[in-house]
Amino acid sequence: MGLILRLKRRFGFIFKWFFKKDKMRIGIYGPPNAGKTTLANRILRDWTGDIMGSASEVPHETRRSRLREGVRIEVDGKSLDLDIIDTPGLATKIDFHEFLKYGLDETEAKRRAKEATEGVIEAIKWLDDLDGILLVMDSADDPFTQVNVTVVGNIEARNLPLLIVANKIDLPAASPARIKSAFPQHPVVPISALKGLNIDSLYKSLADRFG
Amino acid sequence: MEGVQLNMVSRERLDRMASMEKLRMIIDEVKSGRIIVLESGLSPEEEAKLIEMTMVEIDHEKFVGIEVETYRQKTGSFLGRLFGKPKGRLTVIGPANRLETLHRQSDFITAMVKFED
Repeated sequence: MGLILRLKRRFGFIFKWFFKKDKMRIGIYGPPNAGKTTLANRILRDWTGDIMGSASEVPHETRRSRLREGVRIEVDGKSLDLDIIDTPGLATKIDFHEFLKYGLDETEAKRRAKEATEGVIEAIKWLDDLDGILLVMDSADDPFTQVNVTVVGNIEARNLPLLIVANKIDLPAASPARIKSAFPQHPVVPISALKGLNIDSLYKSLADRFG
Repeated sequence: MEGVQLNMVSRERLDRMASMEKLRMIIDEVKSGRIIVLESGLSPEEEAKLIEMTMVEIDHEKFVGIEVETYRQKTGSFLGRLFGKPKGRLTVIGPANRLETLHRQSDFITAMVKFED
């Protein structure tokens, strides 16, 4: 990797301290079906009245990154201006056969798989243009996935602020404590983006972390 | 004889290789059905680049991606993080249709190597 690029990644955060932006560009990352778009929709609905896009139980529903600029969040008298990027689910493998289980025909499944691979590439490229990350994990799933490890490692290498969102706490198998113990050096907020559980705590954490 | 070839790459060899050289080697080996063990693993940036390259190589027929088994990077001191080159940890990478993660903890990973159907 080029020395200049490496220095930019290592020391970029120092410049950010001194030249703090009016607006933070926050990426919503995570594996497929963690609830990234549901969370983006929840935030937008609460603060702007509209939504980011459609969510689905079929993995890789979001296959293009979506940017929503100028989202103002106000918590305890503090306001925070965000540009929010909802990214496609990150994965190390995409097999079109998985989509057949959800009733898609082979042509449609292959098209979805191809678009999903492009979406993953796009999501990774966005990492270089962000000021902070919301990493969304399904509280009922194993947090030690390669995707989570790679995202956390890249955020740490770039010294970007990270907030881990332990989503889907409404599920019986949910265990936000497992996520906390997996990534003890980062703040974890347990929520249900779908049901709106503990969302005020998320907004407070957003203001603390990115404000 | 049926089996899966396992290639183990030493830390010294990895240190001599440029990032792209390492990633190209991994992709080529894994696409050929082999499993590769890296003594010192990859940096986080290399891991992200490997995912990117994997996505480009997926052909939806023979190659559907990779499975990666590794531990989280150790967090070094503040100065170490600023000036040191991030070092990866022992890493096993294989084709997604051959290598399957069964269970993963912070300090223990169980995976299964499958033979071809």
